[in-house]
Amino acid sequence: MTVAREFASVLSPEGKLEPTEAFEPFADRLKQANDELWGTAFRQMKLVRAFDREGTNLQRQGQLALYVQLEGQEAAQIGSGLATRPQDTVFPSYREHGVGLVRGLDLVKILALLRGVTNSGWNPEEENNFRNYTLVIASQTLHATGYAMGQTLDGKVGTGNADEDEATIVYFGDGSTSQGDLNEALVFAKSYNTPEVFFLQNNHWAISVPVSVQSPVPLYRRADGFGIPSVQIDGNDVMAAWAVTGQFMDDARAGKGPSFIEALTYRMGAHTTSDDPTKYRTRDEEQHWRERDPIDRLEKYLRAQGTTDAFFSDIETEAADYASDIRRRTLALPNPEPLQMFNHAYAEPNQEIERQQMAFFDFEASLEEDA
Amino acid sequence: MTEHETLPMAKALNAGMRAAMERDEKVLMMGEDIGTLGGVFRITEHLKRDFGPNRVFDTPLAESGIIGTAIGLAMRGYRPVCEIQFDGFVYPGFDQITSQLAKFHARTQGDVSLPLVIRIPYGGHVGAIEHHMESPETYFAHTPGIRVVSPSTPNDAYWMIQQAIESDDPVVFLEPKSRYWPKGEVNLDEPSAPMVETRIARAGEHVTLIGFGAQTTMNLQAAQLAEDEGVSVEVLDLRSVSPIDWDPIFDSVRRTGRAVIAQEAPGNVSVGSELAATIAERCFYSLEAPVLRVSAYDVPFPPARLEKQYLPDVDRVLDAIDRTLDY
Ligand SMILES: Cc1ncc(C[n+]2csc(CCOP(=O)(O)OP(=O)(O)O)c2C)c(N)n1
Repeated sequence: MTVAREFASVLSPEGKLEPTEAFEPFADRLKQANDELWGTAFRQMKLVRAFDREGTNLQRQGQLALYVQLEGQEAAQIGSGLATRPQDTVFPSYREHGVGLVRGLDLVKILALLRGVTNSGWNPEEENNFRNYTLVIASQTLHATGYAMGQTLDGKVGTGNADEDEATIVYFGDGSTSQGDLNEALVFAKSYNTPEVFFLQNNHWAISVPVSVQSPVPLYRRADGFGIPSVQIDGNDVMAAWAVTGQFMDDARAGKGPSFIEALTYRMGAHTTSDDPTKYRTRDEEQHWRERDPIDRLEKYLRAQGTTDAFFSDIETEAADYASDIRRRTLALPNPEPLQMFNHAYAEPNQEIERQQMAFFDFEASLEEDA
Repeated sequence: MTEHETLPMAKALNAGMRAAMERDEKVLMMGEDIGTLGGVFRITEHLKRDFGPNRVFDTPLAESGIIGTAIGLAMRGYRPVCEIQFDGFVYPGFDQITSQLAKFHARTQGDVSLPLVIRIPYGGHVGAIEHHMESPETYFAHTPGIRVVSPSTPNDAYWMIQQAIESDDPVVFLEPKSRYWPKGEVNLDEPSAPMVETRIARAGEHVTLIGFGAQTTMNLQAAQLAEDEGVSVEVLDLRSVSPIDWDPIFDSVRRTGRAVIAQEAPGNVSVGSELAATIAERCFYSLEAPVLRVSAYDVPFPPARLEKQYLPDVDRVLDAIDRTLDY
C-alpha cells in the first residue's frame, strides 16, 4: 500500500493514542477534547453509516436515481465537521453527508436531491451555513473562496472575538485537485488571505482513476507552491481530523489566512451506486482499509476507556431507528409540482417565461379536457 | 431643471457605476487591471481611488476564478461587478457562468440569488487582433437564468449599468467597444427605460430593422441613407438580448410588414436566428416578405484587415432592405 508517508495521526487502528511526529504541533488541542466529545463523534459516525447503507438500499430498490456513498470517510467528515463553529460556513461537494449531519442538516434533504425531487434540497441560511451540494467537480472551491473574501470584507476575521470571527471550510476529492478551478481558488485564497480551510478527502479513487494518475507527489505538497500551509493527516482518525481542522479553522478566524488539509482515507463502497469497483480495484486493497475502519478504531478506544456496553447498544438501536425513519420520510417525499419549474429561473419577472408557463398550463389543461 | 451632460459611453459607464457604488456599499468591482489602472479601457478609472481597495480590486489573471469567487461574494450578500478584459477571454469562465451562475436561483428554488454583473467589452470595428473582437452573446442568451443586455448609447449605458447592478438576476453586460468613445447626451436625472425593453431608436413605416449594441448605430446610418431614397425604416434597438422584449417588435413588424435583422455575430444559431424564427411564427399574416438577416459570416473572426468585409456594413444592410422591398 502507498500510505507510507508520515502523516498526522494520533488514534492508532488498535484504538490506542499513538501520536505521530507530524501530529505534535496539534497535540495540545486534544486537551480541549474529552470522552464526551468522542462519544458524540462515535454516535454521529454510526448514524451517518446507517444513513449511508439505507441510501444504498433505497437506490437498489429504485427509490433514488443515484446514491453517493461515504462509508470509510466518516472520521474525516465528522472530525472536521465537529471542529467548525456555528458561525462558520461549509462548502461541500456531494459526498459530505457526515459534515451535513454535524451541521444539523436533516439528511432526507440530501436524498430528495438524489431522488430527483429537487436540484438542491435546502436553504443554507436555514441549515447552519451548510451550503448546497455541487456536482461540477471543484466549482465550489471558488465559491468558498469568494465567500471567505466576503467574510474578510465584512470585518468578521481577526477581531479577536472568538464567538464572532468566521471562517469557511471547503471539501473536495483527490480527482478534483486536477481541475483548474481548485488551482484558481488556491491562488485567490492566498492573494486575499481568505479565512479558509481547504479540506481534501483523498479517498484514493476518482471513480476508477487512482490518485497516482492525478499526481505523482502527495497532494498536500502542492499547497506549498501556493504559499499555503498544509498537512497530511490520517483521515480515518477522527481525533486527528478534529484537532488539525480545529487548529487551522482557529488560524483562519484569527486572520492567518488559508490552509490545506489532505485527509488520507478510503471510500469503501462504490463511487456511486452506478459504479462497479470490482472492475478496477483489488480485495487486498479493500481489506487493508477495512482493518483501518474509522468507527471500529474509535470503538476500541472508547471501550478501553471503560465506556459501557449499554452506550454502544443504545447507539446501535438509535442508528437503526434513524435509518428506518429516513426511509419512511424519503418514500413520502412528494413529486414537485411541474409548473414550479418556471418559477425560479429568474429572480425578477420575465415576461417570456411567464408566457411559456401559461402556455404549458393551457396545454396540460387541454390534455385533461381530452381525457 | 434636468441635468444633461455630453459624455462618451466609457465615461457614462464609469459615472453609472460610481452612482451604483454610492447608493449601495455592497457593490464591488473586480477584474484584471481594473484598480489602479482603471481597466484597459479605463471604464473603472478612479473608482479604486475613490471607493478604496476593498470595493475595487485587481484579481489574479483567472477568469473562472473571477466569476467563481464573485459567486461566493454574491452568496455572502455582495453585488460584484466583474470585468472580463476582452470578449474572447470570457470562455475560461464559461463553466462558472453557465453551470453555476445561471442555475443557482432555479436550483435552490429561489433561496440563493446571485446579483452579479459580468461586463464584457465586445464586438468589432476597432481593428484589434485575434480574440479581441468577438460577439459571444449567443452562448449566454441560450442559457436560461442569466440576462444578456447591451446598450448602444451613452445614455442607455449610464442607466442600464445601474439597472444591471440593481437586478437580482445575473447579467452579462455587453459593452460595444467601438461605441466607447463617441459622445452622446446623457440625462443624469431621468432614467432611460428599464433595460428589459426594446427601444424604438427611429420611427419608420416601410421596413423594421432590428439590432443591438454597436449595430444600432450602423442601422441608424442605413435608415438615414434609405430615407434619402424615399424608404422609411423603423430602427429597433433590442437593448435586452435575453430575454427579448417581443411586443414592440411584433407591433412594428405588423405595421411595416417587413423585417431585417442585422448583427455583428455569425448568423448560425444566433440571436438573429431567434428573431427571424419568432417573427415568422408570430407575425406570419402580416409579413409581405421573408424575414432577412445580415450577419457576420460563419467563420472565425478574421484578421482585422478583413473585418470590414466580415462584419455587416451599411451597404449590406441597405441591400437587405432593398431585397425585402422587392417582394
Ligand atoms: C467537471 C466535472 N467533470 C467530470 C465529472 C464526473 N465525475 C463525477 S465524480 C468524478 C470523480 C471525482 O473524484 P474525486 O474528486 O476524487 O472525488 P470523490 O468522488 O472520490 O470523493 C467525476 C469524474 C464532474 N462531476 N465534474
